[in-house]
Amino acid sequence: MEKLIEKGLLVIAYSSIAILFIITFFIFKEGLPFIFREGLGTILGGVEWRPTKGEFGILPMVVGSLLVTGGALVIGVPLGLSCAVFLVEFSKPKVRRILKPAIELLAGIPSVVYGFLGVILLVPLIRVHLGGPGLSLLAGSIILGIMILPTIISISIDVLEAVPQSYREGSIALGATTTQTVSMVVLKAARSGIVTAVILGMGRAIGETMAVIMVTGNAVAFPGSILDSIRTLTSNIGIELAYASGDHQEALFATGVVLFVMIMVLNLVASMTRKKRIR
Amino acid sequence: MPAKIEVKNLSVFYGDFQALHEVGLRIKEHRITAFIGPSGCGKTTLLKTLDRMNDLVDGTRVEGQVLLDGEDIYQPGYKLIKLRKRVGMVFQRPNPFPLSIHDNITYGPRVHGVRDKGTLEGVVERSLQAVHLWDELKDDLKRSALTLTSEQQQRLCIARLAAVEPEVLLMDEPCSALDPISTLRVEELMLELKKNYTIVVVTHNMQQAARISDESGFFYLGRLIEFNRTKTIFTKPANKMTEDYITGRFG
Ligand SMILES: Nc1ncnc2c1ncn2[C@@H]1O[C@H](COP(=O)(O)OP(=O)(O)OP(=O)(O)O)[C@@H](O)[C@H]1O
Ligand SMILES: [Mg+2]
Repeated sequence: MEKLIEKGLLVIAYSSIAILFIITFFIFKEGLPFIFREGLGTILGGVEWRPTKGEFGILPMVVGSLLVTGGALVIGVPLGLSCAVFLVEFSKPKVRRILKPAIELLAGIPSVVYGFLGVILLVPLIRVHLGGPGLSLLAGSIILGIMILPTIISISIDVLEAVPQSYREGSIALGATTTQTVSMVVLKAARSGIVTAVILGMGRAIGETMAVIMVTGNAVAFPGSILDSIRTLTSNIGIELAYASGDHQEALFATGVVLFVMIMVLNLVASMTRKKRIR
Repeated sequence: MPAKIEVKNLSVFYGDFQALHEVGLRIKEHRITAFIGPSGCGKTTLLKTLDRMNDLVDGTRVEGQVLLDGEDIYQPGYKLIKLRKRVGMVFQRPNPFPLSIHDNITYGPRVHGVRDKGTLEGVVERSLQAVHLWDELKDDLKRSALTLTSEQQQRLCIARLAAVEPEVLLMDEPCSALDPISTLRVEELMLELKKNYTIVVVTHNMQQAARISDESGFFYLGRLIEFNRTKTIFTKPANKMTEDYITGRFG
């Protein structure tokens, strides 16, 4: 019986890993031939996306993805980090024990809900008070910034809690205030862990699709300002895959390959910084 | 001689548990005072009340007085930052910050508002000189303090404290993480430091108390059993319990 369960678990483990590999393989199989045929330079460097005319430049979308992810970090990292610092360093453990799971619950809200709230509340606010179409880089950045908060807060809390208490005591005993202790010792000690939190948040932001489609307007163009509409790599696939065929479909898979590589690189950097922390 | 620190009728509670019972003693300036006694008798608790580090522990309550140069440090509105600048603490486990050797030393002065590069460099050299680390480390100041040996780390922690020019050094079993030879060297250092500082040391090591301290207090179950010149405590203890403890019959 024991043996049977063991074997069963093994099969399940291997098959789920196999499925992941098959998916990866499939994306590359569909995308790579197209990349080789058109040339990586023409695709990555091309600024025109007109699938019907055989123009498949995705540079505006690469830029869009990077900008909206950068914007999300600009909003999410300071907010999330200060929230974690407040919970770990300035509030009672009891408060943290209640709030942390609550914050982690936010990660479970479907992204379409975030997108919906963005369209209903945020987009009109931007349109009325700041101008432009409202559906914009700014709206996308804010919504994504909020969506990565749970990741950033919860990892940062773990990281800050792992900073030895003896550092804090040593600092306080020298006459430092809590604020000085946090900024001069605790955050320094937690630096690489916080970098991990940021990178994982970044991975979440760059891969997000639904909410971004809903609030960024999806125009394939370089934005002139944060109030302009953008399209990300994920949106591009999400919007067009349903009706694409032939070259167009292959171009979308190529977009997927580019996205895949970007995310892999991020995760690699994240796991590298995490290993460094353990050492 | 006036007392540098005078503890009067001090009781400390952790919630409902009373860790210290009406302790009274006088700590003289430029002397080494040792607190001895079995585990759990309240030595660390007393030490922490002297720079109010026990304020960090939830649910502690203090009754009685601790006078530093005649001023009660538990009076309302007493400035903790100034207190901790005057009364510094060296911990049982060396706890250098995960910063460079240089930044560890300049930490205290920076916290207290010193910005001038030249002044800080001077502080680094003087403090490391004081603990005899300067010659070893002067070309290595950028190295992380965590790469030092335990003895070097503990010396660095003492230097880090010296950099804020305190008046009193509180040391909670400062040698317990060190090997015997390092222990002797740190003891030597403490004897030197006594010229400039008033030192209070908690120790489990009877020989150590006998070797370095001028006065000793023996604690048992939260009470100060006997407080006297160390020589007297170790040769003619007034209390039977003290005698049993220092001769190793219990504890
Ligand atoms: N934070 C705390 N909460 C509750 N009780 C505590 C706390 N800290 C210490 N105590 C209790 O107070 C008593 C005195 O502790 P203290 O640490 O002062 O003893 P000590 O003499 O330093 O012992 P040791 O030699 O083991 O370091 C002990 O019974 C201990 O269990
Ligand atoms: Mg102790």
